[in-house]
Amino acid sequence: MKGEEERERIPIKERPEWADVRPVPQDDGPNPVVPIAYTDEFSETMDYFRAVYLADERSPRALHLTKEAILLNSGNYTVWQFRRRILDALNADLHEELQFLDQITRENAKNYQIWHHRRWLAEKLGEHVANKELEFTKEIFCKDPKNYHAWSHRQWVLQALGGWEGELAYCSELIKDDIFNNSAWNQRYFVVSKSPLLGGLEVMRDPEVAYAIEAILTKPENESPWRYLRGLHKNDGNSLANDPRVASVCLDVLAGKTDYVHALNMILDLLCHRHQPSKELKDAVDAVSPDPNLPDAGLAENVCSILKLVDPIRANYWEWRKSTVPAQD
Amino acid sequence: MVEKHIKYIISIEKKKDDFASVVMEHLRLNGAYWGLTTLDVLGKLDAVDQDEVVSWIMQCQDQSGGFGGNIGHDPHLLYTLSAIQVLALFDKIDVLDIEKLDIASLQNEDGSFFGDIWGETDTRFSYIAICSLALLQRLDKINVEKAVEYIVNCKNLDGGFGCAPGAESHAGQIFCCVGALAILGSLDHVDKDLLGWWLCERQVKSGGLNGRPEKLPDVCYSWWVLSSLIMIDRVHWIDKKKLVDFILDCQDKEKGGISDRPDDAVDVFHTYFGVAGLSLLEYPGLKAIDPAYALPVDVVNKIFLTT
Repeated sequence: MKGEEERERIPIKERPEWADVRPVPQDDGPNPVVPIAYTDEFSETMDYFRAVYLADERSPRALHLTKEAILLNSGNYTVWQFRRRILDALNADLHEELQFLDQITRENAKNYQIWHHRRWLAEKLGEHVANKELEFTKEIFCKDPKNYHAWSHRQWVLQALGGWEGELAYCSELIKDDIFNNSAWNQRYFVVSKSPLLGGLEVMRDPEVAYAIEAILTKPENESPWRYLRGLHKNDGNSLANDPRVASVCLDVLAGKTDYVHALNMILDLLCHRHQPSKELKDAVDAVSPDPNLPDAGLAENVCSILKLVDPIRANYWEWRKSTVPAQD
Repeated sequence: MVEKHIKYIISIEKKKDDFASVVMEHLRLNGAYWGLTTLDVLGKLDAVDQDEVVSWIMQCQDQSGGFGGNIGHDPHLLYTLSAIQVLALFDKIDVLDIEKLDIASLQNEDGSFFGDIWGETDTRFSYIAICSLALLQRLDKINVEKAVEYIVNCKNLDGGFGCAPGAESHAGQIFCCVGALAILGSLDHVDKDLLGWWLCERQVKSGGLNGRPEKLPDVCYSWWVLSSLIMIDRVHWIDKKKLVDFILDCQDKEKGGISDRPDDAVDVFHTYFGVAGLSLLEYPGLKAIDPAYALPVDVVNKIFLTT
């Protein structure tokens, strides 16, 4: 594509193939008082676009013009829509279109119109582009591993076109690159619960709890694996309270005496679901309590008080949690 | 600073020829909503020529009844809502031929909504369709039960919502889903404690709010996270003062306007969200704004309390 862009641009009004078309200016603005060259090129392209759009001309030259317009401003959704009409009318090579789209997406990875156009294309091309689409989103994730559009596209590709085989491993790879990548953790949950190849949540729970725990121990301040752990137990407090590994990882984190906000929060949840704390757990909480000689407040209330101090920005939340601690039997 | 923000917005409205305006030409109707709602919240809606704006908006309406982002553009739900909202600001919803607006045809069997005839689905469009029809008082046109069902299908185990079932929880999508459910009186489908916690975890040390775990704070989340918290009665779970300070820090103190985070360039989008966020935080001197309809409360009241 490089050659095409580097060639000096010939104004459209000087191109013989456009001689028969009268450009249509923008309806609401006067001509620029101080025209900038780039704005001139842009205005001219859009004026000619308006002409073919109003004439509903679905020709090769119109197709080329939409490309020029897109290269100047990829956000104009009317241009994209008209391009789709032309592609259909000309029965154009959609694989070529996908290549064009690859190029544009790399420069504009957060553009809704581009991703929608991509889905439209992929739907038409079908299953045989599944791998290509998965590879392309991987390419996007190399630069921006949390790109919401790309993740949405990838999830759609997996469900509509297939390709689940390497997905869990890919999530592991991304998490290894950045353990804080919440999108990768979300995708992991998506794979574990929806992949037709893995057997579902019940089957996967055990190894995945182990995986989450390892991640928690690596970076206890990381929100994602804690949420993932809760998700594996479907947020059921009783289920979490009955899994000894959960209390165990909380204890391990507390023993480290640093980055323990999420651990304390989890302990609080366990206590609120009738988990019987071990002596080690009580001692570990005391060890991080600013005032271990507090009057006989329950362990749960104690945990809330600590949280108010170490996570003061959410003090009101922790105060509310304190108020919902169930009465001791 | 209020004067400076007003000046900034009016200058945007006037400047139609610079490059920034030209590339945003196709979504001018959104820009109008952001700019004019901000002016109204700041008490200065009278600074613009109402008739000129209304006349321009009506020229954005397509034959199909939907609105494009500007004159001559294809219709899309995104711009249709902005059109309705701006007309609401001017108390001119009655200029619309409601029968012409066929939003209901965009609803799918599973309850989701397309943005337009090209078939993109996203929970943003659920919110837009529901908010639009609610403002027009024609929610009877869609299958509300199915619409709710689809939104609930987009609920994740962390209590949040994504753009489609299985998609990562994201504050912007959460606003859309919670807003839609609020408008439909269906907030019982939201686990308010669970979601409230997820939302209050968006507040980072600087006091700003991010949209997902481990991402940078951005002023626009002051709207999406905040309005969601208000709709589920959990706004006291964040540190309001720190958030106010963060938003104020994002102002351009010389030229007016607000940016996504301190020291970045301002734009009308973030100016609107910053001001709207401050209004939700009850910053003095601002009109109250409705968290679900994203319009000043007096505008919303006028629609629903008068027949």
